[in-house]
Amino acid sequence: MTTNPVKPLLEVKNVHAVYGRKIRALKGVSVELHAGEIVALIGNNGAGKTTMLKTISGILTPESGEVLYQGRRISGMEPHRIARLGIAHVPEGRHVFPRLTVMENLEMGAYCRKEASLLDEYRRIFDLFPLLGRRRAQLAGTLSGGEQQMLAMGRALMASPKLLMLDEPSMGLSPALVDKIFDIIRKINQLGTPIFLVEQNARKALQVASRGYVLETGNLALSGSASNLLHNKAVRHAYLGIAG
Amino acid sequence: MLLQQLVNGLTLGAIYSLIALGYTLVYGILMLINFAHSEVLMVGAFVGLGVQLFFPPSLTSGPLGLALVFTLAMAAAGALNVVVERLAYRPLRNISRLAPLISAIGVSIILQNAVFLWVSNQSQTFPDIMKMRSFQFAGADISSLQIVILFTALGLMAALHFFIQKTRVGKAMRACADDMEAAELMGIDTKRIVAVTFLVGGALGGAAGALNGMYYGSIKYNLGFLPGMKAFTAAVLGGIGNIQGAVLGGFILGLLEVAVAGYLPNGAEWKDVIAFVVLICVLLARPSGILGEKIGEKV
Ligand SMILES: Nc1ncnc2c1ncn2[C@@H]1O[C@H](COP(=O)(O)OP(=O)(O)O)[C@@H](O)[C@H]1O
Ligand SMILES: [Mg+2]
Repeated sequence: MTTNPVKPLLEVKNVHAVYGRKIRALKGVSVELHAGEIVALIGNNGAGKTTMLKTISGILTPESGEVLYQGRRISGMEPHRIARLGIAHVPEGRHVFPRLTVMENLEMGAYCRKEASLLDEYRRIFDLFPLLGRRRAQLAGTLSGGEQQMLAMGRALMASPKLLMLDEPSMGLSPALVDKIFDIIRKINQLGTPIFLVEQNARKALQVASRGYVLETGNLALSGSASNLLHNKAVRHAYLGIAG
Repeated sequence: MLLQQLVNGLTLGAIYSLIALGYTLVYGILMLINFAHSEVLMVGAFVGLGVQLFFPPSLTSGPLGLALVFTLAMAAAGALNVVVERLAYRPLRNISRLAPLISAIGVSIILQNAVFLWVSNQSQTFPDIMKMRSFQFAGADISSLQIVILFTALGLMAALHFFIQKTRVGKAMRACADDMEAAELMGIDTKRIVAVTFLVGGALGGAAGALNGMYYGSIKYNLGFLPGMKAFTAAVLGGIGNIQGAVLGGFILGLLEVAVAGYLPNGAEWKDVIAFVVLICVLLARPSGILGEKIGEKV
């Protein structure tokens, strides 16, 4: 792997994560992400992708190893403090606030921002997701899956994050919606936000990403530039469903 | 007669509603039944009495006295509730759902005994804060006390509604009730929001305790138990976790109790039983209550 001389925005160093005593979900994984990048983390169901994001955002504390953000150790901090440092985590399954309206969900995304007016921010979100603008008074629980995914992403962007982490944004969406979500991911990145993208849809993820990591039952199996991974024989066989 | 019963029932219902809100707010955010809430309300009543004994009469009579008694009773009960959460519930939260429940019952016993031992085991007179008059209206005898109780309670409910619906912290409370982990990911300090919830719920309980003292004219270390159980029933009836449900359930129960006392033979002796009959019927027929969502599902 090429080493980048610039200090990474995010460094996950040899992280071990466990659930209870027995389930070892991450067994010494190191990952890094630089300003401007989209980095994809792919792997089968149960590989430990969600665990990785939870460890970064502080929902889980690593058993050993550490997470550095802007050169500073964040592992062990409470999740709300990590969020306030500029890491936005859109969890698997969206987790919008169902009994809050779309507008209130977005407000919660901006909970920690001190600006007197967030009008520009709302405008930016509604430009990116016009649908949310039309549904702003609707309860989030009544939105469709795709709409909830957009809301979850819009809500995360309301914080104006320095790093956006998406956990399976395309899960359960129709093919047309999947394309739309990936277009938006590309757009968010072009507007300047680095993205750590967890996906089971390896092809789509590697197509938008600049680099990628492949996780297999808690261990990193492969890493490299997204185009190399897309052409890697093992990846093609195991994750892209191409024989040979 | 009917109007009289209606006013009596609404007065009682207003007190039950305020207490029920305390149960439902806490349940909504932690799915915990705060069995110590009945004692928080009792302590509120005693602080209300203490304020009247401690401050000169000029400060504790009339509308100013009312404001002073309520502010301090609410502040003390709210603070007590926060301390109880911090010491007795938070350390147990990740252990099991049953542990905090048992801890809550323990806190309830401790608080009752503390007042029993250190304050008094006898009934204490709760002086009139305002001069009471009564009005004759369409054959009903309505006291100014009932009007004060009703409007104080409605005012507090309106303030709560505004707080929960419109303020940043109120919205964060609703967000936490919906999804605590997601709220934390928004940068919301969920431990603080839980504390605020106990503060608000406890303060409403403290107000209800003081209103209770005013209504019955005397207070005792065990005064919280019955209204607490009834208000808990009201919260379940309305749909526990649901704020409108708590208010609705409180008023229904107040009216029902007064109707039973007034219209059934020997009704006055049965009125305390009615709440528990209602509780059992609701649990059998519609466990999620009138306005509640499915129990056990936090969505
Ligand atoms: N809350 C949990 N308790 C116990 N085991 C868990 C929990 N969450 C995930 N696991 C286990 O940890 C491993 C990794 O899970 P996860 O990170 O969710 O994988 P992925 O997101 O790649 O599908 C799996 O074996 C899973 O069963
Ligand atoms: Mg996952």
